[in-house]
Amino acid sequence: MRGLDFDVAHLLAGSLVLISFLQLYQDRLYALLNVFAVHAVVLALSVAWQAHIQDAPHLYVTAAIALVFKAFVIPVALHRIIVRLGIHREIEKVVGVGTAMLLGMGLVALSMVVMLRVTAEADPLAREDLAFALAVVLIGLLMMVTRRNAVSQVVGFMSLENGLVLAATGAKGMPLVVEISVAFSILIAFIVIGIFLFRIRERFDTVDLDALDSRRGERQ
Amino acid sequence: MNFDALTVVLVIPALAAALLAVLPGYWLTARLNVIAALGTFLVALLLFFARPPAGQYLHVDDLNNVFIVLTTFVGFTASVFSASYIGHELETGRLTPRFLRFYHAMYQVLMFAMNLALVANNIGVMWVAIELATLTTVLMVGIYRTHEALEAAWKYFILGSVGIALALFGTILVYMAARPVIGEGLDAMVWTMLIMHAAQFDPALLNVAFVFLLLGYGTKVGLAPLHAWLPDAHAEGPTPISAVLSGLLLNVALYALLRFKMLLAVNPKAVAPGPLMVTMGLISVVFAAFMLYRRRDIKRMFAYSSIEHMGIIAFAFGMGGPLANFAGLLHMTMHSLTKSAIFFAVGHVAQVKGTQQIASMGGLTETNPVLGWGLVLGVVAIAGLPPLGIFMSEFLVVTSTFAREPWLAIILGFGILIGVGALFLRLNTIAFGAPRGTTAKAKASYVPMFAHLALVLTAGVYMPPALVSWFQNVAKLLG
Repeated sequence: MRGLDFDVAHLLAGSLVLISFLQLYQDRLYALLNVFAVHAVVLALSVAWQAHIQDAPHLYVTAAIALVFKAFVIPVALHRIIVRLGIHREIEKVVGVGTAMLLGMGLVALSMVVMLRVTAEADPLAREDLAFALAVVLIGLLMMVTRRNAVSQVVGFMSLENGLVLAATGAKGMPLVVEISVAFSILIAFIVIGIFLFRIRERFDTVDLDALDSRRGERQ
Repeated sequence: MNFDALTVVLVIPALAAALLAVLPGYWLTARLNVIAALGTFLVALLLFFARPPAGQYLHVDDLNNVFIVLTTFVGFTASVFSASYIGHELETGRLTPRFLRFYHAMYQVLMFAMNLALVANNIGVMWVAIELATLTTVLMVGIYRTHEALEAAWKYFILGSVGIALALFGTILVYMAARPVIGEGLDAMVWTMLIMHAAQFDPALLNVAFVFLLLGYGTKVGLAPLHAWLPDAHAEGPTPISAVLSGLLLNVALYALLRFKMLLAVNPKAVAPGPLMVTMGLISVVFAAFMLYRRRDIKRMFAYSSIEHMGIIAFAFGMGGPLANFAGLLHMTMHSLTKSAIFFAVGHVAQVKGTQQIASMGGLTETNPVLGWGLVLGVVAIAGLPPLGIFMSEFLVVTSTFAREPWLAIILGFGILIGVGALFLRLNTIAFGAPRGTTAKAKASYVPMFAHLALVLTAGVYMPPALVSWFQNVAKLLG
């Protein structure tokens, strides 16, 4: 039975990395949000599965938070923001799709090499989980770097946080304090971002950060 | 639940934040803010005498006691400065009364978060507290809602979050390393348990964890090349927040880093964390020193000076050993006091002149003698001239390095000298020569600034033996 436990956890964590890749090349905001919602659903499934095999009921709470907030509330809210601001046009990218994908692959390889080597003595489930989680975190980072649009940077940040939740639940018996705080801080972070988006809209009629970039370095 | 000093240090700011969020009016709230900060400071002093035993969430030891007292003290003096600064901002209409309430509540939340980060005995709680402190400062930086302030806040938010996220990953890895030894559950995140068993942790896992923690918390410390958020955040927020950011929040992040460094130091097979910190410290010093020359905005210039000094501190702790650690601790304390004093002066200067551009300031010692000479004294102190305190600590850092790694000491000394040159070049423009810009008299509160400078001067001339032995003790703890 342990075999099945491992396989399903592996499958879910792997899919999370795959969906991160899907996010990387979405060039429309709506599509990006949809993919992010799927990302969150898979995360919820993965956390729930961990709760099941670790026999840790409190993890179901984390799973529920991921499902309700990240897969539903936040994408819907962002969707409305996009509609209200009228910015459902193409996402501007700093690097092209091909380059982004290649960089993403490099990051996945890097996280595999680093984590699998380092955690040689840990139990295999936690190892794989951690390696995948690092890959998701790094791809999230990459997304934040390659996008200039505020909404897509937010999505990048949230998928990065998804990776962190994956890592935290994969670490067996990690205290509840951290899980709730992770979920909670995502919420706070979202409120903050919401305020920011609102303010930026109020001031500049755009959420494209390029419009904010008059101030690189110094006012002369 | 019994109320010991430790709990009270956290409860006062929390209650004050709740109260300030609902109370209207400038007169009342500004005073309440000061009283709450003073109360927190006085209770923090009690921790020297009555120290509660370490719990699963909170604890006080020799190391964080120094940090707490320093944080609450500067928090108090900054609140006094903030009262007169904010009064002026209200008059000129840069801040509306609605934002005033928000500002004061956030100030206390920030104090709460920093205190919590310092007294946390649980690496998870510590992380949450630093995240909270980051979010509050993001909101404060953006409070003027100008084009520049929003951009600075957004940049700070994005970079800060990335740093915080990396730090969480590192925290999880530390838990993973601790779990096989300590067992599952809360104990494996309790710092006092971790340090007791750190020798048996898997060294490879600990190494990777430290890299993430260094990158994560290092972003918050503002070490180059992770410093990009720092100058903007300092320049665009209200000046009391610049003072608190520079003087305190950077220290808190550094404190977190030091805690984890101690874990690695205990483990014989883990990589030595020192060289990593030394490298980042040196890069920060040299980089910031050169960047100082090109600054035209006064707050931005002192922000770069903060990067330089955080570099020196990280360098000293990275070198390790009783002497370098002692020097690092002393430098941290002196830098906090001096840099916040400078920001107190700069805040009033910018208000008098109505701008932050160095080019439109001049002859300050003639038009506003007290303020002008206060700023001169502050810059002389931060430049590390004798007999002020920073001279002592910088001297100790450089000489203790000379004895061990002469080459590093030469680079460090070179960086410091370059920085000093830039500071005096700009100071000359601001403080001396023909008066430029508006020459109105300042309605300023000079007490916080001169209190800090007096402390720095005293420390440079005479250090009380009790303080010296305390610092020596902490330096030994740091390994």
